[in-house]
Amino acid sequence: MKNCYINGIGTIGIQHPDYKLLEQEPQALFARNQAQHPVYKELIPAASLRRMATGVKMGCYAAQLALQEAQQPALDAIICGTGQGCLQDSEKFLTAMIAQDEEYLTPTSFIQSTHNTVAAQIALQLQCHAYNFTYVQGGSSFESALFDGLNQLNYSNAQHILVGGVDEHAPQFDDLYTLAGNYKAEDEAVDFKNPTQGGVAQGEGANFFLLSQEQQANSYAQLLDVWLFNQPQRSIATEIMQFLSLNNLQSKDIDVLMLGYNADASQQAYFDAMAACFPETAIAYYQHISGSYDTASAYGLAAAAQVLKAQQFPAHLSYNSIKPNRLKTILLINQSRGTDYSFVLLTAC
Amino acid sequence: MPRGVAITGMGIVSSIGLSMEENFQSLIERKTGISRLTNFSSKHADHIKVGEIKHTDQELAQLLGLGSAHSFTRTSLLGALAAKQALNDAGITDINAERTGLLSATSVAGMDYTEKYFQHFATDPELRKYINSHPAGDSSNKIASYLGLKGLVSTISTACSSAANAIMLGARLIEQGKLDRVLVGGSDALSKFTINGFHSLMILSDSDCQPFDQHRKGLNLGEAAAYLLLESDALLAKHPKKVHAYLSGYGNANDAYHQTASSETGEGAFLAMQKALEKADLAPIAIDYINAHGTATGNNDLSEGHALLRCFQQVPAFSSTKSYTGHTLAAAGAIEAVYSILALQSSCLFPTLNFQHKMEEFDLQPQTELQSKTINHVLSNSFGFGGNCSSLLFSKA
Repeated sequence: MKNCYINGIGTIGIQHPDYKLLEQEPQALFARNQAQHPVYKELIPAASLRRMATGVKMGCYAAQLALQEAQQPALDAIICGTGQGCLQDSEKFLTAMIAQDEEYLTPTSFIQSTHNTVAAQIALQLQCHAYNFTYVQGGSSFESALFDGLNQLNYSNAQHILVGGVDEHAPQFDDLYTLAGNYKAEDEAVDFKNPTQGGVAQGEGANFFLLSQEQQANSYAQLLDVWLFNQPQRSIATEIMQFLSLNNLQSKDIDVLMLGYNADASQQAYFDAMAACFPETAIAYYQHISGSYDTASAYGLAAAAQVLKAQQFPAHLSYNSIKPNRLKTILLINQSRGTDYSFVLLTAC
Repeated sequence: MPRGVAITGMGIVSSIGLSMEENFQSLIERKTGISRLTNFSSKHADHIKVGEIKHTDQELAQLLGLGSAHSFTRTSLLGALAAKQALNDAGITDINAERTGLLSATSVAGMDYTEKYFQHFATDPELRKYINSHPAGDSSNKIASYLGLKGLVSTISTACSSAANAIMLGARLIEQGKLDRVLVGGSDALSKFTINGFHSLMILSDSDCQPFDQHRKGLNLGEAAAYLLLESDALLAKHPKKVHAYLSGYGNANDAYHQTASSETGEGAFLAMQKALEKADLAPIAIDYINAHGTATGNNDLSEGHALLRCFQQVPAFSSTKSYTGHTLAAAGAIEAVYSILALQSSCLFPTLNFQHKMEEFDLQPQTELQSKTINHVLSNSFGFGGNCSSLLFSKA
C-alpha cells in the first residue's frame, strides 16, 4: 500500500481570501454568511468567468490554488464533493420554468445546474482527460471524494489527485432549508458552545486539496484513513473504536479531535457523544470560522493540515479546555442531522 | 481463476417492466416502453415521447409497503424497489451481516417534488417534509434505510454516466478489500425540470428515438432504477452462490471538450473504452457485443460512432436499448448493465428499435434484429454532460 500526502490546499470561504488561520482571529459569524471573493480573473479566464455561478468560480479558483502550491503536477484524477450541487443554477432554471410556465427557457442555467459542473469545468480548464468524479452525499460528500482519492493513491498507480468540496448559497433554497429547520433564521444568535436553538449558521465555500503519493518538503500532512457511513451499526462509540483499531490506534493516540460542531442545538448531542469517547483529548472546532455547509468539513481538513504542518494549535480552534501535548495525529469526525457520518485520520509528516 | 468482481444479484424497474424477467421479455419481443407522458402535466406533453413507468407514486409506495408519513420522492421509490429486488435475487436476508455498502447514482434526486411544491412550501407545512428530499444524497439514504442497511452509503452524480461510475467504484472497493459486498446502480425519475432542460437544449425527439439513424431527431427521456449486488471472492468462497456475470473491466475518462457537447473525435469515450479493455486485459477483438450509449442525439451518436471506429478495427455488434426505455439519465448505466448481463446469460443480441438509415458519416449499423450468438464479453458505454465518459466490461460467469 502506498502513501498519501497533502501537498497543496486552496480555500475560498466566508473569511477574507488572505485570512491566516494560524495567525488571526476569524471574523465573527452571523446566522447567514456569504463568501468573500478573491479576484477570480487572476486564475480563471474572463470568458469562462462570465457564465460561472459562485460555486463554480470558488471551486475552480480553490482548485488552482491547491495546484499552484503543489507545483502544478499532472493529475490522475479530479474528484469533487458537493452536498447541494449547483444550487444557484438549479434555482434559476426552476424559477424561470415556473414563472414562464415552461416556455422561452434558455439552456445555460440547466446545463450548469448539473451536479458535476465544477469537476467538469476544472477538467476543461486544465484540458485534463483523467478520471473525473462527483459525489453528492450531503454531509459526507467531501469525505466520499477524499475516500476515493486516498484509495486510488493507496492501491493504484495514481500519483497526483485533486480532491475538493464546494457548496454555494441560493436565496430561495436557503429560505426553504430555513423553513425545514436546517438553517438559523436571519437574526438568530449563534452559540457554538451552548446552542439553545436549532439550525446551523449557513456559510459557503470551496476547499481543494492536492493529494500525492510522494512527500514534498512543503507537504502539510499525511492522510492515513477515511471512512464514511449512513448510520452506526450499534453506537458511534463502537464505530470510532473499530476505526481506531483498524489503524492500530487507541483513543489516547489522538492528539486533537476535530469535530463539526455547528451551533445547532438539535445536533449538539451527536458531537457530544463523539467527544465523550475522548475524555482527555483536546477538541477542536472549525465551523465558527467556515460557517456551516455540507462540505464545510473540507475546511476542517484544511485547518487540521495547517495545524500539523506548522505544529501550532491556535486558541481559537480550541473547543474544550484541554491543550494537546503534541501535534502528531488528528482525527476529524463529522455527521449531518444524524446521518452522513465520516472519519478522517491525519498525521504529521 | 478470478475474472473480475462477481455480480450475484440484479434488480430493475423501467418502462419495459418492473422486474428482470419483464425487462428481458420486452427486449426479446421488441416491446417498447416509449409512450406519451401521463403521470404529470407538462406543456410539452403532446410534443415529446417518454419512457415512463405507468405507476403513480402512491402505487409504488404501496408496493414498498411505506406508511403515509414517508417522504420518498419518485427517485427513491423506484430505487428502493430495484435495490430490494437485487438483494432478494442474491438471497441476502441479513444485510448488515457482512461489510455492505450502497453506491447509488442520481441526477434528478427529489427535483420532481421540489418543482411541484416550490411555491407551496411556505404556506403549507404538511409539504415541508419534502424539502430535505431534494438533495441527491437523501435518495440514497432513503434507499439504505428502506433496506435496513447501516454502512458505507454514497451518491455519485456525473450526469448520464453516474450509474456506470457507481458500478465501477463498487468494484474497486471490493478489489481493495474495503467492502465484502456492495449494491451499486442508480435511479432517476422523470421530472418537468429535466424535460424542460433537454427541451431548451433542443435535443428531445417528438417521436420514437432512432439511435444511430441518419434522420435521428433527438432523445426520449425515460425513468428507471437498477442495482447490481457485487460480492467479494472471499465472501463467495464462504457462501457459494450463482454468479450472474463478472465485471472484468471499467474505465472513466473526461472528454474535456465542452460542458454539454461531446468532441467529434469521441476522445473521452475512446479513452474510457480503452481503459476498460486494459483493465480486463482483453484485446478489442474479444468484445462480442456493445450496449452503446446511443442517445439518438445528433451529437452523441456521431461522437460515439467515431470513438467505436477508433477503438475497434472491426466494430462488434452493438445496440442502443434506449430505443426501448428512453434515456434514463443517471440510471442508464445501471439498467444497461443489467441488459448487458442478460445478453451474456441468454446469448442474445438485442435489437435497436426504429433504425432505418445508416448515418452518412460512417458505415455503422446497429443490431436491428434479435439474434442468438455466443457472447463472452459485453462492453457498456455511458457518457454524460461535463465530458464524463465511462465504460464497463462484463464477462460471462
